[in-house]
Amino acid sequence: MSSTTSRPAFLAYLSQYWREWAITGAAMVLALLLGAILMVVADPEVSANFAYLFTAPQLALGGAWAKVAGAYSALVAGAVGSPEALAHTSAKAAPLICAGLGVGLGFRAGLFNIGAQGQAIMGSIVAAYIGFTFQLPYGLHLLVAIIGGVAAGALWGGVVGWLKAKTGAHEVIVTIMMNYIAAGLLAWLLTTAAFMRPGRMDPISPEVQPTSALPGIYQQFHLGFLVAILAAAAVWWLLERSTTGFAIRAVGLNPNAAATAGMSVAATTTITMTFAGALAGLAGVQAALGPSANGVPVPLTVGLVGTVGFDAITVALLGRSRPLGIVLAGLLFGGLSAGGLAMQSVAQTPLTLTMVLQALVVLFVAAPALVQTLVPILKERKSKKVAMAGGEA
Amino acid sequence: MKRSLIITSALGALALALGGCATPPPTPTAAPSVPASNFKACMVSDAGGFDDKSFNETAYAGLTKAKTELGVQTGEVQSKTDADYAQNVKSMVDAKCDIIVTVGFKLGDATEAAAKANPSIKFAIVDYFYEKPGKNLKALSFNTGEPSFLAGYAAASLSQTGKVGTYGGMKIPTVTAFMTGYAQGVAYYNKAKGKDVKVLGWDDTKKDGSFIPGNNPFGDVAGGKQVATNLIAQGADIILPVAGPSGEGALQAAQASNGKVGSLWVDTDGCVSQEKYCAVIPTSVGKAMDVAVFEAIKAAKDGSFTNDLYVGTLSNSGVYLAPFHDWDAKVSAETKTELDKVKADIIAGTIKVKS
Repeated sequence: MSSTTSRPAFLAYLSQYWREWAITGAAMVLALLLGAILMVVADPEVSANFAYLFTAPQLALGGAWAKVAGAYSALVAGAVGSPEALAHTSAKAAPLICAGLGVGLGFRAGLFNIGAQGQAIMGSIVAAYIGFTFQLPYGLHLLVAIIGGVAAGALWGGVVGWLKAKTGAHEVIVTIMMNYIAAGLLAWLLTTAAFMRPGRMDPISPEVQPTSALPGIYQQFHLGFLVAILAAAAVWWLLERSTTGFAIRAVGLNPNAAATAGMSVAATTTITMTFAGALAGLAGVQAALGPSANGVPVPLTVGLVGTVGFDAITVALLGRSRPLGIVLAGLLFGGLSAGGLAMQSVAQTPLTLTMVLQALVVLFVAAPALVQTLVPILKERKSKKVAMAGGEA
Repeated sequence: MKRSLIITSALGALALALGGCATPPPTPTAAPSVPASNFKACMVSDAGGFDDKSFNETAYAGLTKAKTELGVQTGEVQSKTDADYAQNVKSMVDAKCDIIVTVGFKLGDATEAAAKANPSIKFAIVDYFYEKPGKNLKALSFNTGEPSFLAGYAAASLSQTGKVGTYGGMKIPTVTAFMTGYAQGVAYYNKAKGKDVKVLGWDDTKKDGSFIPGNNPFGDVAGGKQVATNLIAQGADIILPVAGPSGEGALQAAQASNGKVGSLWVDTDGCVSQEKYCAVIPTSVGKAMDVAVFEAIKAAKDGSFTNDLYVGTLSNSGVYLAPFHDWDAKVSAETKTELDKVKADIIAGTIKVKS
């Protein structure tokens, strides 16, 4: 990373990264094109008309156009088409940004944090428990719940870092196992009296107190999104401006060199995983305390955090492990998720197709070489130096 | 060079695949058997999705039936996680649906909140009940203990090893209702015939049994197979999996046993929904969610919708024991007569299936 450049930061950024942006844009277009083809092929009514492609092209092409245009306009309208849609997108993006930062931070230190899922689950358990058990005043209750959730995530991640530092246990294996433990723990807790909702036999917790919910600002746009942006800024400061961040990046680039230079690889590993866990824990807090469409947070259940920890890996890769990139990737995912719902409800596109479309976007964005092959104009001239993307996972 | 070759061949393949030279039919002879209606019926699945070959899919069949037989417009949304329910129900409200059917107790909170907020829209929920539902909210529940009792009786009569098994996806009332009815059916068989067939995977006195561990118990076929294999290893030769798509694991384990083991199916007739496993499915415990959903939509369209709780029973055919299909020859005529008698006794109330 060339963060020590003296030119105005924005211009330097533009000249260095315009091609990356163009490639990302081209990747989106390619994904949407391929998605359009799939949509036409998957709909028997529309694809049947292609039998008359040359005899009555208006039937085939008109039908296909109506289908694709309907789906994509629903996607755009559902993601960014109205203030309400933007609020929905921000609510979907907030936990993804937090967990994505957790995974991305690990990548920068050369650690594959596959455990964001478990760390988020732990965060959601503790935040929800504090939220529905204690009676505290407004402000304080939320603060305690957030700190509790973040601390639980930090502990869940920190243990992995500590094990790696002390025993050399590989973080991929340990984090995956910790995911199972967290999921099992949640399933068990939901059968205990402390967590079960009175009068219900199925595993669902009481609703959290209104004092502990993340306050809404406009519909689903809530304080949690601002917290996520603050977290991204904090991670940027940590990585680019602090000594610890320098150590994290140095260890990520070459642990042996970092050790020779007098940095403690063990301490850096533990610290990184603790921070990463805290960020993923914050994603769990968002899931447990963020208001849903009916204005109240969703009670704790086995599937509350969904697959945020695994989606976070994609978000971190898409964002090239940089805080700004992760915020944008999180917003993209949030928009695809919000717009995907509109594709289902408005344009009657099946869920599987919207998920395939999301996967295609990720596939193309994550494979710049493929996009360059398909769109040769984006290829770099051989004489130019290949951009060094240090710290990329 | 290479790229143009790829494009040419791709276009060629496309042309081959699609034909492209046929003549379109003169005019679309759109003469629907029922007049199209402006009434819109919508459905929201739980995280299992409408293609789960079991719970959601059966409820979805009710919506499809309403579309073809009543000519209503439809809308649908599948949920990905528990956090999506409120949002997904709201998206159907925004899509101007006249009735919204939600599938599964997990949507209980979200459905009730949406029903309160939208008094002009009718709501129905599968597999849940409310103490005091609003005027526009109907719960559809099913007494699955009754057909499970029959399934337990049939399983006990079919068992060669004297042991039958069951497992659930999760310890929740809608799942354990099957398991407890099944165990009582086996116990009734033992009492009537002086036998001692054991039930593995459910202890009816402790009200606890075998469940699939992990994060996604209803979508984990490998986990279901593991639990089924354990039950088979302990000697069970008829198994009742109550775990949605994960139940397929039991069908796989039964298929691998070369005819020694049979696996029942739940929610719908397994010989229809899981056709390739028909040979290992003695019978299924059916839950006619499609009928209940269809009736709720029909009532909402006719204006006869009420918030009365619907309970599917053997008596109103809301629940049923499916035909024996490939196993018909293995079930003795004696057992068949006894099953008819037991069914009549349950309907008459002389046999009480405890939940």
